[in-house]
Amino acid sequence: MSLWATLNRTVFKRTSTFALAVASGTFFFERTFDVASQAIFEHINKGKLWKDIKHKYE
Amino acid sequence: MAAAVGRICGARLFRNTGIVGPQVCQLSTSAQGWTRNRKLLLSTLGVVGGGVGALLFALEQSVQASGSEAHPPHQPWSHDGWFKSLDHASIRRGYEVYKQVCKACHSLQYIAFRNLVNVSHTEEEAKAEAAEVMIKDGPDEEGNFFERPGKLSDYFPSPYPNENAARAANNGAYPPDLSLICSGRKGGEDYIFALLTGYMDPPAGVTLREGQNYNPYFPGGAISMAQSLFDEAAEYSDGTPPTASQLAKDVATFLRWCSEPELDDRRLMMIKVIGMFSLLSAVVYYFKRHKWATLKSRKLAYKPVSKK
Repeated sequence: MSLWATLNRTVFKRTSTFALAVASGTFFFERTFDVASQAIFEHINKGKLWKDIKHKYE
Repeated sequence: MAAAVGRICGARLFRNTGIVGPQVCQLSTSAQGWTRNRKLLLSTLGVVGGGVGALLFALEQSVQASGSEAHPPHQPWSHDGWFKSLDHASIRRGYEVYKQVCKACHSLQYIAFRNLVNVSHTEEEAKAEAAEVMIKDGPDEEGNFFERPGKLSDYFPSPYPNENAARAANNGAYPPDLSLICSGRKGGEDYIFALLTGYMDPPAGVTLREGQNYNPYFPGGAISMAQSLFDEAAEYSDGTPPTASQLAKDVATFLRWCSEPELDDRRLMMIKVIGMFSLLSAVVYYFKRHKWATLKSRKLAYKPVSKK
């Protein structure tokens, strides 16, 4: 049986597991998305941000 | 606006014809499309709307050509761009310039010492900066006002107690508060940089009153503030050579941060918005194709009804 069919049967068919999948999926998606965006931002602005210069003053 | 349009053309413009209506009009020869009046109305609205837009654009363009002041040239700021943050080393140097030069006349009343923490100074340094100034506080238990060293929560003290005192000390001219000056002046940091570095002798035919200086970037040309940024006019703690243009660039960056402390957050939000909306638009595009597939691939057949 394919992965999709298994997933459909075990997770998406029942409302309780489906809701749980939505909640946990949101959590992991949002964390990944935020961390990735932050990494892109810090890569673009390398050397200009406070975290890049604060070691000089501590 | 909607009420006015509604009054002119009745409910026709807003009538919901549904998704299927226009489709049927195109597929069928017997059904009527838009009526002549409706076509006329919509094309009139389009022409009028386009005309008004073009007129506003033309007016905005022509306003820039009037006036006698010079337009500040655009400088390559490191925070220009959709994803570019402010240069925090430059903010720190700009704060030093403000402290050593601008502070003598200009207030910065909406910025507190705590705002510097983790932007240009560590918490310890910001506390030390605050402790250097005396803040008027009170009343104490006996009802007297007193002076105490500043704390992180204090706002930057103003050089004059009120506007009248500032005018009296500056030949009648009021040195504006610098907290929002970068957003409040046309041209923003370009204008500030051009103004600070653009002082010159008045051209022939321009007479200035006593205490005034000539600056082509200032509206009217006669400015009461004297040139204050020269080479070595301030000292940098990080060893950057304090040329006049370097001082002007750093203080302009600092003032941009004062006006928009949230600029870095906005730039980060831009990255997130682009990421999220590209995901969403992919979903919406798929869903549109999914829903319209049935509608677009169907055929309508008309079966003549025989009369008996």
